[in-house]
Amino acid sequence: MEMINVKIDNKNIQVAPGTTILEAAKSVGINIPTLCYLHLHDFNITNKPAGCRVCVVEVKGRRNLAPACATDCFDGMEVNTHNIRVLNSRKTVLELILSDHPTDCLVCSKSGNCELQTLAQDLGIRQIQYQGEQSKYREDTSPAIIRDVDKCIMCRRCEVMCNEVQTVGVLSAVNRGFMSVVAPAFEMNLDHSVCTYCGQCVAVCPTGALTEVDHTNQVIRALADPSKTVIVQTAPAVRVALGEEFGIEAGTSVTGKMVSALRNLGFDYVFDTDFAADLTIMEEGTELLDRITRHLQGDKSVKLPLLTSCCPGWVNFFEHQFPEMNDIPSTARSPQQMFGAIAKTYFAEKLGINRENLVVVSIMPCLAKKYECQRDEFSTNGNPDVDFAVSTRELAHLIKQANIDFTTLPEEDFDRPMGESTGASVIFGTTGGVIEAAVRTAYEVFTGKTLTKVDFEQLRGMEWIRHATVDFDGTPIHIGIAHGLGNARKLLQDIKDGNSMFHAIEIMACPGGCIGGGGQPLHHGDTSILLARQKALYTEDLGKDLRKSHENPYIQQLYADFLGKPMSEKAHHLLHTHYFDKSKPAEIAE
Amino acid sequence: MANIKLNEQKIQQIESICKDFNHEKGELINVLHKTQSLLGYLPAEVQEVIAKNLNCSVAHVYGVVTFYSFFTMIPKGEFPISICMGTACYVRGAEKVLDEFKRILEIPVGHTTPDGKFSLSCLRCVGACGLAPVVLVGEKVYGRVSPDGVKDIIKEYK
Repeated sequence: MEMINVKIDNKNIQVAPGTTILEAAKSVGINIPTLCYLHLHDFNITNKPAGCRVCVVEVKGRRNLAPACATDCFDGMEVNTHNIRVLNSRKTVLELILSDHPTDCLVCSKSGNCELQTLAQDLGIRQIQYQGEQSKYREDTSPAIIRDVDKCIMCRRCEVMCNEVQTVGVLSAVNRGFMSVVAPAFEMNLDHSVCTYCGQCVAVCPTGALTEVDHTNQVIRALADPSKTVIVQTAPAVRVALGEEFGIEAGTSVTGKMVSALRNLGFDYVFDTDFAADLTIMEEGTELLDRITRHLQGDKSVKLPLLTSCCPGWVNFFEHQFPEMNDIPSTARSPQQMFGAIAKTYFAEKLGINRENLVVVSIMPCLAKKYECQRDEFSTNGNPDVDFAVSTRELAHLIKQANIDFTTLPEEDFDRPMGESTGASVIFGTTGGVIEAAVRTAYEVFTGKTLTKVDFEQLRGMEWIRHATVDFDGTPIHIGIAHGLGNARKLLQDIKDGNSMFHAIEIMACPGGCIGGGGQPLHHGDTSILLARQKALYTEDLGKDLRKSHENPYIQQLYADFLGKPMSEKAHHLLHTHYFDKSKPAEIAE
Repeated sequence: MANIKLNEQKIQQIESICKDFNHEKGELINVLHKTQSLLGYLPAEVQEVIAKNLNCSVAHVYGVVTFYSFFTMIPKGEFPISICMGTACYVRGAEKVLDEFKRILEIPVGHTTPDGKFSLSCLRCVGACGLAPVVLVGEKVYGRVSPDGVKDIIKEYK
């Protein structure tokens, strides 16, 4: 390819045509500050409205300053990224943004993780010269996400995630000028909108405008209550991301330390959502085989493909947007809810206590899980199966508040029985993992043969939509995988149009699956972090003695002692659910 | 906001406007323009119908409706009152006239009285600068209006 020559801060660089000044500078170690710009490299997601003007640079021969994020290099271009004119402009721009931003950083939940705050530090802003009116808007609290648009800087990243990536279409800039805010239609509250609580808006928000509902205080209170037995479950994706909050390199699995920390926090039993993931495979896998077998026998009433139902953001999505297809997804509850249901029956019985005295806390990479555990159908007599779902970020706060030095903790193991898990359940945390786990078990049950190789590489990867055919001893099983709700929509539309050739489809709402969930440590646009987390999950799977869900001895015991067999009446009652038509007409905010 | 239930005929009319623009998202502003000239305003339900027909989110439609001051979600009154704020009218005291309308009708600019009778808006120059300040009620033009004369104008329509 023909390369072009540019000079940035007196460094000569050769770049391909179409390279922006920002990218060219980065390639030689010049980090031009940005604010509205977001580029998720491995997912091909970009937001560069050039709206904030923080990245302005001087281009020789050009009258005004140029936004580096949205200006392409040309041959012979000379750029200065930090002369006095540029610095003054950049500071002025930032001070103007700050002049309409609350300065309560000390008590903001985003403090320490806020890109605006970091920028103000980096640029040495010590006073805001521009004093004037500040925009005021009501705070909107939903079951999972809080919108505090007074802290919004109109970068529009959330809009890109909500509209282009997820195609949920809840957020849009409304009104004009000083009055403009990012809001749902008719400025209704999020819980009236078709928001799925996937939390991807929260994951990319540079400030404290979009944050999660914090449940850490409820957890601390429960732990302090001597009348309560408090147990905890941890989702697979948490263990490969939590370390980042303590300065440990991304992609490091901290399972043992996490267990140790949870025990130090005072949880009576430290269990694993992975146990429930194995259980999910037993139920969902059985359901899949049942549907496939009936289909192969010519039963026309069978609904195929089966869609996975572990992801609560995805469940919200199809309930809102494709309610006519409510009978296609698996009826299996998510691992979080299966865990809660078993904990408050089987385990409470074992302990000999009432469900009211057992508090189930889950640590999730996800914000939609907060909403999921509050659903009416997942409670008995007003007592929820899962009491509180806290995010990976919130767990890090809990650990810090408890004065625990995470990095020096010893490695400990989960409690039994609900802490035992197989490698199949570990990979639930990444796109492709749930269906691979299902295939491992379904293959053996369907064919009656033992799998010699449990790794299904054809199901792995990061491409948005993947498909593979797995040979079930002569019967080809077609599998589809999508992550990101916009991609899920494409596969759903195919099913609706009768063009789907799949037997089973795995869907996860977040880019990368749960490893990229809305409750995870913030990646600040660096998607290599997500790849590292994914790799860590597959490594953990590889290190397990048992790698097929049906081999989990405690799962076998659970069926023998309590549930009977997969899809039994009891299993149906406790481990399956049904879906609702939640398509809604617009309601107008009060 | 009143609870408006769109009748089937109105929905069909809106759908046919969308069809005239080939259901193209990029034609949203034109579709809104036509629809507002049909209905006089763009209530929430109308925006829903348009979003569905153009295959875009309702939030996006609402974003456009609230961005342009021309679009309104509030129905015009039976007698729409417009006060000219053009240069000539302005220097001859149009703002004081406007304030008087706001005071008597108890509504801000862009709103409609609860009984649906009057709505208040501003416009720029009706080409009758010699009569400044000018007020329009519907099609009728009132010239050389003083704040004291406002209540008499309103009385005519009560």
